[in-house]
Amino acid sequence: MSVARISWISGPVLRARAQGPFRLREAVRVGERGLLGEVIRMQGDDIVAQVYEDTTGLRPGVEVRGSGALLGVMLGPALLGRIFDGLLRPLAGTATHYVEPGMRTEASLEFSFRPRMRPGEHAKGGAVLGEVVNAAGIQQLCLIPPDAEGEVTTILAAGRYGDDAPLCSLRTADGASRAVAMRHFWPVREPRPIAEWLPSDEPLITGQRVLDSIFPVALGGKAAIPGGFGTGKTMLLEALAKSCSADVIVYVGCGERGNEMAGVLDEFPRLADPRSGRPLMERTVIIANTSNMPVAAREASIYSAITVAEYFRDQGLHVALLADSTSRWAEALREVSVRFGELPSEGGYPPYLSSRIAEFYERAAKVRTLAGSTGSVTVLASISPPSGDFSEPVTSHTKRQVRSFWALDVKRAQARFYPAIHPLQSYSEDALDLAAWWGKVYADLAPDADVPANEWSEEWTKLRRRFLTLLDEQARLERMARIIGKDALPARQQLILFCAELVNEGFLRQSAFSATDRYCGPQRQARMMRSITRFIAAAEAALAKGISCEAIAAMQIVRRLERMGEDIAEDDAQAFADLSLSMESEFSDLVALTGAKREA
Amino acid sequence: MRPRLLVTGAATRIDGPLLFMRRTLNVGLNHAVSVQGGDGKIRLGRIAALDDEFLTIELLEASAGLALADTVVSFYLEPLHFGLSPGILGRVFDGVGRVLDGGPPVAIHHNFRIDGLPLNPVARARPHDFIETGISAVDLMNSLVRGQKLPIFSGGGLPHDRLAVQIANHARLRGAESRDFAIVFAGIGVPHASADYFRRSFEASGVLERAALFLNLASDSSTQRLLTPRFALTAAEYLAFVEGKHVLVILTDMTNYCEALREVSGAKGDVPGRKGFPGYLYSDLATLYERAGCVHGLPGTLTQLSILTMPSDDIGHPIPDLTGYITEGQIVLSRELDRAGIYPPIGVLPSLSRLMKDGIGRGSTHADHPSLSSQLYAAYARAIQARVLASVVGEEGLLDIDRKYLAFGTSFEQDLVQQTAARTLEDSMAIGWGLLRGLPISELARLTDAQIAQYIET
Repeated sequence: MSVARISWISGPVLRARAQGPFRLREAVRVGERGLLGEVIRMQGDDIVAQVYEDTTGLRPGVEVRGSGALLGVMLGPALLGRIFDGLLRPLAGTATHYVEPGMRTEASLEFSFRPRMRPGEHAKGGAVLGEVVNAAGIQQLCLIPPDAEGEVTTILAAGRYGDDAPLCSLRTADGASRAVAMRHFWPVREPRPIAEWLPSDEPLITGQRVLDSIFPVALGGKAAIPGGFGTGKTMLLEALAKSCSADVIVYVGCGERGNEMAGVLDEFPRLADPRSGRPLMERTVIIANTSNMPVAAREASIYSAITVAEYFRDQGLHVALLADSTSRWAEALREVSVRFGELPSEGGYPPYLSSRIAEFYERAAKVRTLAGSTGSVTVLASISPPSGDFSEPVTSHTKRQVRSFWALDVKRAQARFYPAIHPLQSYSEDALDLAAWWGKVYADLAPDADVPANEWSEEWTKLRRRFLTLLDEQARLERMARIIGKDALPARQQLILFCAELVNEGFLRQSAFSATDRYCGPQRQARMMRSITRFIAAAEAALAKGISCEAIAAMQIVRRLERMGEDIAEDDAQAFADLSLSMESEFSDLVALTGAKREA
Repeated sequence: MRPRLLVTGAATRIDGPLLFMRRTLNVGLNHAVSVQGGDGKIRLGRIAALDDEFLTIELLEASAGLALADTVVSFYLEPLHFGLSPGILGRVFDGVGRVLDGGPPVAIHHNFRIDGLPLNPVARARPHDFIETGISAVDLMNSLVRGQKLPIFSGGGLPHDRLAVQIANHARLRGAESRDFAIVFAGIGVPHASADYFRRSFEASGVLERAALFLNLASDSSTQRLLTPRFALTAAEYLAFVEGKHVLVILTDMTNYCEALREVSGAKGDVPGRKGFPGYLYSDLATLYERAGCVHGLPGTLTQLSILTMPSDDIGHPIPDLTGYITEGQIVLSRELDRAGIYPPIGVLPSLSRLMKDGIGRGSTHADHPSLSSQLYAAYARAIQARVLASVVGEEGLLDIDRKYLAFGTSFEQDLVQQTAARTLEDSMAIGWGLLRGLPISELARLTDAQIAQYIET
């Protein structure tokens, strides 16, 4: 390996005189402690490197050793259920309470292995070599590295092996021999290859009504969650990590709070996955680069995370990558760029910010893997715009890349209305592709008497549009009420305001503290949407019969509709039927009573 | 810390806070230096850049009065450290950890690097111990827990100092009078009167002997302000994680810290970002604010209560904005309430405590605390909405229900937010339930039927 000697150093950036060849983006080790860095520029015999750790004490003359490989990570069965720093080095098991700079290589871990290939077989990159089972009993696939191909000459029998031990030997096309272990190396900035992209026609179910039913995201989709501080970005991401329908969750805390990571680490091993009942931690990989950890590593952490996500995708799994927050990543990009003296562009960010954001989101997709199975990476990333202003560069560049945009609203958050997603500023381009999937959910429910059979598959699309129109009208009417006063609005418009509030309180708001409301499955969402729609129709009919808006608002049923999420359990179809019955009888009583009064 | 090597006359250029000199010694990046000019003054600094021939020193104090020829630079061969022992309690230091109260020097048992190291997220224990401050708007609505960093966003002329003192004096775990607590106070660029107010208040309540004060007054060197919170937090970490105390750190005023950072970064020629603050303001603030928390297996905790004054009361200004992204919530003081004579003038809506959910509810405070606070929030937000509407169209233009909310809003501010004496959480909750009784039951969607039967319909 090549060696260089530091000739200049300031902060995390150093220049060194090279005594041998280096490559751009090559990983380097600096000094006795082996601080990890990356070559970012070359000039004659000089290399410029950024160091991912605290550079205190470094000085001219100190050795910089090339690794011969690009900055990359080790991908293997040891990832699941654990926590790593931005460069995918394990954080648990260190001697002190602090993150000390310097080399932390991981000891080999043992797993039981069962081969799925035989000697003589031709192994392509990405093919399944065998199965691996970890200590928690979770089975993972062991893959041939995507950049390897050849004939299997030897392969070990079933048994327990270290994850770095050669399991099999390949004879490559040029006659060379290549050993394959459970874990393999992959450069983080390079997307892992796939066979082909697949269209996304299936949602990632998050268990959040406002997302699934109103602004859905597809498997392999990409969603951005922008919001000022205190609007609940992290809370929403944590809720998604707990309940979304992915097989594997990769959670990257990029420049965020240490106590939040401690919270996740404390809670996840105790919480159960709503689908499998196993501890949530078993399906989770956490990458933590808190805000006080070195800035340069913050930039790398996003790439480490998506590479890990792709690795699980290649095993034919559906992966959700939750990134909190991409603004911190962009700021790290800016900080490092400023250190090199690059000419800043909009907002001080480097001119390549937009293309970096595009490259990152492009790695989210539903794909056919090299092994022929279907897998996906769905990216759900938060953005922290300065003073909550969505016109800033990171938000506006991201907006062009994502298909779902979940804008968080300060007003809602201040009223502790969670999730504080603003229904008029948010959108989902995936909604159209997912209409068929949702149509089937509605069709599979006990058919609604009011809806003709040939329209079942359209029901979701219609209800969703109805809700959105109602909320839109609410905003318009509230503007008007600010001029003429609420009591001057016609009864019909007052009813619209009331119904929109019911949609907000009864459907969009979801309590993360209630065990029942925390997760809402697609069928319950459908039933709730129907119940509210039925109420609105009945209310409109009642209004037409001369019943006042105040009388409708005072109905007993309103409170029960507003509390459906917390009061009616996940599979309690009967409760919804009862709700429907009491709604009908209360309305007919109301109509009868008003009629009687009028006659009297 | 004692300097190990002295170099005279090697300085070649002085440019603002930067001193350039020939590199005659093999020293490392970030190592501490002290620079003594012909005037005899000693200034602290650190090595900011090195190359084969030269080194750059960033002075952390004013460079005026230095000359090239007679400047003596002493090298410490390690980063800045602070010598600590339990003897720091009851003492007053200047902004860089030098004894200021005329007493004897502090014995040194430990030497800690003032920059600290990032706490490993794995080593952090989740903060969850509710602290009762006696203030309803905090205890009931934005609960503070041990190990949290909760700033007070204030403005010039608002009573943030009084509030901070009140919290420091009353803050305790419920039912326990804990003796193992300590206060670390860092006055960053504060006027003398303000520093004196804190000192006298601590004296009056008898906590001064459990407090360590670090004072960088408005008249002191502004670059030194970058060091003051670091010395204070190093002392606090020592008290918490070595001595096992529950430490409350008060940093005031963080706005002065950020101004000093802007000044120094401007002098260094950094590319300015928003409002002239350097692009690394977020990361720099994080290295201070993140030094709070609890650690697995250690008895002590470190809670941060920093005060910052929002320039022109603008919460979108980079200083409060970036702070809010790092800290676990904020308590926002409202000029409107202050003008209305309400003390403490806590603007409940923009205030937030992110760790509240871990410290309240069944098993910690009261099973109905979360629902009550959520319902109060919803109703008060609606009241403020009605107030805005009423200010345009007049109260006559409102619906009946909106008028009820209007009345709720007023009594919320006067009966719950305003207080003269400290309240227990039970008292605060009782007031909260009382306020909700003024609203129709159909409006209380965030309460369960059982809660309504128990608290509202009685």
